[in-house]
Amino acid sequence: MSMFMPIEASDRAAQIDTIFLALLIISLLISALVFGLIIGFGIRYRRASSADRGPMPEFFRREFEIGWTFATALLFLFLFWWAASVNIEVLVPPKDSYRVNVVAKQWMWKFQYPNGVRQIDTLRVPIDTPITLTLESQDVIHSFFVPAFRIKQDVVPGLRTETWFKATKLGTFKLLCAEYCGTDHSRMRGEVIVMRQKDFAEWLAARPEGDDLARRGAELFVSRGCSGCHAESSNVHAPRFPGLYGRRIPLADGRTAVADEAYIRDSMLQPNRDVAAGYRPIMPSYSGLLDDGEIESLTAYIRSLGTVGGAPAAPTAPPSGGAANAAEAAEAADPAGPTTRPTGGGR
Amino acid sequence: MTTDTLVAGELPLGERPDYLREGRTVLSWLTTTDHKRIAILYAITITFFFFLAGAAIALVRLELFTPNGDLFSNDTYNRLFSFHGIVMVWFFLVPSIPTVMGNFLVPLMIGAPDVAFPRLNLMSWYINVIAGVFTIYAVIAGGVDTGWTFYTPYSTMFSNSYVLAAAFGVFTVGFSTIATAVNMITTVHLLRAPGMTWFRLPLFVWSIYATSIVIALATPVLAISLLLVIAERWLGLPIFDPARGGDPILFQHLFWFYSHPAVYIMVLPAMGVVSEIIPCFARRRIFGYQFMVYAIVAIAGLGFFVWGHHMFVSGQSPFASLIFSLLSFIIAVPSAIKVFNWTASLYRGQITFESPMLYALGFVGLFTTGGLSGLFLASIPIDIHVTDTYFVVAHFHYIMVGGSVSAFFAALHFWWPKATGRLYPESWARFAALLMYFGFNLTFFPQFVAGYLGMPRRYATYPPEFQVYNVMSSSGAAILAAAYLLPLGYFTWSLFYGRKAGNNPWDATGLEWSTTSPPPPKNFDHEPRVDHDPYDYHPQGASAGIGSRPVHQHERDLR
Amino acid sequence: MSDTEILQEPWARVSRQREGATFGIWVFLATEALFFGALFLTYAIGRIENPAGFVAAGRETDVFYGTLNTAILLTSSLTMAVASQAAAEGEAALHRLVVWCLGATVLLALAFLVVKGFEYREDVEKHLVPGRDFAIVERGAQIFFALYWIITGVHAIHVSVGIVLISRLWIMAATRRMKVEKNPQIEVAGLYWHFVDIVWIFVYPLIYLPGRATG
Ligand code: HEA
Ligand code: HEA
Ligand code: HEC
Ligand code: CUA
Ligand SMILES: [Cu+2]
Repeated sequence: MSMFMPIEASDRAAQIDTIFLALLIISLLISALVFGLIIGFGIRYRRASSADRGPMPEFFRREFEIGWTFATALLFLFLFWWAASVNIEVLVPPKDSYRVNVVAKQWMWKFQYPNGVRQIDTLRVPIDTPITLTLESQDVIHSFFVPAFRIKQDVVPGLRTETWFKATKLGTFKLLCAEYCGTDHSRMRGEVIVMRQKDFAEWLAARPEGDDLARRGAELFVSRGCSGCHAESSNVHAPRFPGLYGRRIPLADGRTAVADEAYIRDSMLQPNRDVAAGYRPIMPSYSGLLDDGEIESLTAYIRSLGTVGGAPAAPTAPPSGGAANAAEAAEAADPAGPTTRPTGGGR
Repeated sequence: MTTDTLVAGELPLGERPDYLREGRTVLSWLTTTDHKRIAILYAITITFFFFLAGAAIALVRLELFTPNGDLFSNDTYNRLFSFHGIVMVWFFLVPSIPTVMGNFLVPLMIGAPDVAFPRLNLMSWYINVIAGVFTIYAVIAGGVDTGWTFYTPYSTMFSNSYVLAAAFGVFTVGFSTIATAVNMITTVHLLRAPGMTWFRLPLFVWSIYATSIVIALATPVLAISLLLVIAERWLGLPIFDPARGGDPILFQHLFWFYSHPAVYIMVLPAMGVVSEIIPCFARRRIFGYQFMVYAIVAIAGLGFFVWGHHMFVSGQSPFASLIFSLLSFIIAVPSAIKVFNWTASLYRGQITFESPMLYALGFVGLFTTGGLSGLFLASIPIDIHVTDTYFVVAHFHYIMVGGSVSAFFAALHFWWPKATGRLYPESWARFAALLMYFGFNLTFFPQFVAGYLGMPRRYATYPPEFQVYNVMSSSGAAILAAAYLLPLGYFTWSLFYGRKAGNNPWDATGLEWSTTSPPPPKNFDHEPRVDHDPYDYHPQGASAGIGSRPVHQHERDLR
Repeated sequence: MSDTEILQEPWARVSRQREGATFGIWVFLATEALFFGALFLTYAIGRIENPAGFVAAGRETDVFYGTLNTAILLTSSLTMAVASQAAAEGEAALHRLVVWCLGATVLLALAFLVVKGFEYREDVEKHLVPGRDFAIVERGAQIFFALYWIITGVHAIHVSVGIVLISRLWIMAATRRMKVEKNPQIEVAGLYWHFVDIVWIFVYPLIYLPGRATG
């Protein structure tokens, strides 16, 4: 960190700093103009001076006024366009990104890797790899902020948000909670450790709780009674899971939905909201019975049973390299992109 | 008698006491319906609240001198800045110019004997006081720690502080501002003196009028959002609770639907003040009067459609964010018009730098700086990095403190002789103005840097690398405190020992200067008639210098 | 305002003063419109996000009481309109009509509150107050009922304010302590009262009709 610029440790950081500097230069020029004119006029036209005080030429009143109105409007439109285009560029995470699940609660950060490894307040990521974070909160609103990466995303209870980054520097960077969340808001800090890809893979493999999410999900599938209806052998008329993930599903009320994470989560928490066509709404709500981690595991299990194409996806996505993972398939099926907004009214 | 002597000398008061001496008992003040007296009542309450909220943040700045929590617990810290924000916004800045200056000046400026509903006017002050009592009760009972934004679900389900009392206080003060707004709108529509057409209204009146419309249409939404918070917290009725199907983001939409227009409620009247003062001390007509009016109206209208720029990282749809970003840039265009026009009004003027002018020029500079930083925030990728950091804190203090509070001080100094009939010590006032400018920049400029480096706001403790900026900021705040205490001193002094001001010490053209200082209870002896445009300084062809302004018809009658 | 027709400060003419009163109330009603508008918006978002819950909850409201109250309120609007029109005519002969109509309006408004009271009692008995033993399980139904209590409660407060305003006019007119002819207060009270009715016209379908069309 220099005196005036934070470290640039992600590919986005440089881009954002460029806009920032451009805006800064424009602002300085404009301030120089405004301050310069005020001071200049103040001196030239102080009462004691003998400057010319005749009436203003007419073109000054209209043409000038209209002129600078349009000039500023154009400048503003240009600035908007530039900033917006950078924003749109980074809106959608790359398809091959590595996913980490983040759960925020007063006043700590919990990270869960695709293979089940959990960490508190420390996020380790491989360098030069797009990382997508799925963010959930267990209580109030928090905000995931890593200044060195120039990313920030609120973590809202009842809503699943997402953000992503690609780290370009090795090292340890500050993670801060940026949305006020109560007493220890200012202590809700952590760190992001960017490692070499090889080191990261080793670290991940060496973790004791290496059992993967999907396997835990498979256990829950039985222990929580899902199998009673959804297992291949069940007599209950309920959808089967193989090949479900990412499919476009017709609903009883005529709409269709894509079986993405959000949809599956909803199916467990509010089964009566989007009832699949051809089934009766008999599935009970698991709201309050399953915690976020369990839902995550069950979803991973369902995903592991295969996607649209029918080919079972690898249960754990490798840290880098473009393996066709489930999320990618989901996006392919849903042109609107990965909208993970379970409570968002849009869909 | 020539018009010059009439303007400079005192008008004969005759039997008639001025509004200050009309009744001398406390009761006569507490039951008054005279808009000028009500303005004074408001002035007392908002001064009280300003120093209260200022004292709270002084403690905050003291704590932030070092990175660790040495003085207060985190809980206390959170209560202090929440109280500061709530009181500064709703009990000081929103009512400041409209209820004090607006109340005092609008009837005088349009040539009316009073506002349209004098009793409603008094009632609104009492509502204001009651609301203040609730808020202060919340603090005495133990404080409120939600920030001024009351975000759910923290405010409804997690906070252990006195949210109900505070929310109820803010809910109530809303009605007080609405009452004033209804009054102002009706007054401007129906009580203009003959000849005072819409395009002869002083820009100050235009700005109060536009502000009042914004207040009338935005404040009820704040009332509802707080009512829903109260219902959810107190009665357990689920509205925003995500566990029961509610949407916490909805609260943010409701809150900012009010609070963005509210920032223009806080700055439009300030712009009005500056538009009065700059022409007077530049002895020049305001440049582009009509454009200035259109700009006011455009800001007031567009202000309703940009609230989403406070929610770029909240999880709202990215498409919505783009629209809000675009509109935020558009709304800067009318602000730009205003800045350029103020500057152009100096061209070929005969400028003097009395303290009101110093404050007014300070406003232009600091508003420009703050406004330009608003453009950084309106750019989504930059906002993602700096939102909820000190960059935002610096942005809004530049506009609200550097801008609006400076303008409020400009107005106090400019109209002080009119309201009290006394002059304040000019050199002290100039010194205070410069001190304020210096202290202000020292306090808030470092916050831009700290913010961009990543220092989050609402942090009781912070990573040590930010300390140097915080030390600067805290030292600046101490200077600022001194600069705010100075006027308190010399204004009080001038009440008793100040020289008599005469009716029009600035030789200004507004109608308010054409009556006696302090004005009589019904403002004018004869109904004024208006036969020329505002800001008729330096009429075409007239020679330079004092006394070159035209004199109002009824002023001649007064003799 | 006082009970005689003396001109008030700051007005120069009575006609202007009347204009001022009406203008002021219109501005106030604009404020009120945004107030209820924000409530309805909250309802709309709740319903979009929880369609099933709102339908299930809507079925539990008592459409009989609701419809009855709509009829009562609309009738009261009629009597209020007659009162204000008759007063505006400025005929001394219409004095009795004005008094009768004001009285009818007050009584109808009271009837509205009484019916509302019965309805509230029934709702409480049916466990329709959000909380631990709330009767409906669908997600979002609690939000519907939270809004039901808030919206109807706020509306009932407005009705009560109307009752106070109009009874005052009624008593003063009946005891002839106030001239009704061309009295702006009656028009102002009338405008307010019609607004309260119009709000109810929006409330009725939001509260009593969800879930009923499809049975
Ligand atoms: C009086 C108060 C006031 C005013 C007038 C403004 C004016 C503006 N504000 Fe500000 N704002 C606040 C008070 C105010 N704001 C507050 C209180 C908050 C934070 C609340 C909280 O979170 O607690 C906030 C937060 C805030 C945010 C959200 C930040 C965040 O939380 O992430 C944004 C984002 O777009 C924003 C933008 C703007 C813009 C674009 C303007 C524009 O209107 C500014 C227009 C003015 C100019 C641009 C300067 C003059 C123009 C020229 C000299 C022309 C020449 C310029 C060019 C050609 C470039 N403001
Ligand atoms: C609307 C008007 C307004 C005004 C006028 C001010 C005035 C000031 N504000 Fe305020 N501020 C807000 C509105 C305002 N603020 C809002 C809305 C917030 C957001 C709150 C939130 O996050 O919820 C905020 C938050 C805020 C913060 C961020 C706190 C945090 O996020 O943790 C800081 C930090 O420096 C700050 C500083 C100041 C200072 C130094 C002044 C100075 O200008 C004040 C100077 C005045 C005095 C100092 C008082 C005068 C002197 C005395 C009473 C004598 C006693 C004092 C001493 C002995 C020193 N303000
Ligand atoms: C009582 C039987 C029953 C049980 C137990 C049950 N479900 Fe279901 N489930 C259904 C039925 C029937 C449907 C189809 C109707 C609907 O969409 O609500 C369904 C739909 C789903 C769907 C959406 C699939 C689609 O095609 O739309 C998912 C995902 C799901 N269930 C997951 C689970 C999980 C996970 C569990 C256990 C934690 C579980 N279910 C327990 C009956 C059941
Ligand atoms: Cu978590 Cu702030
Ligand atoms: Cu804003």
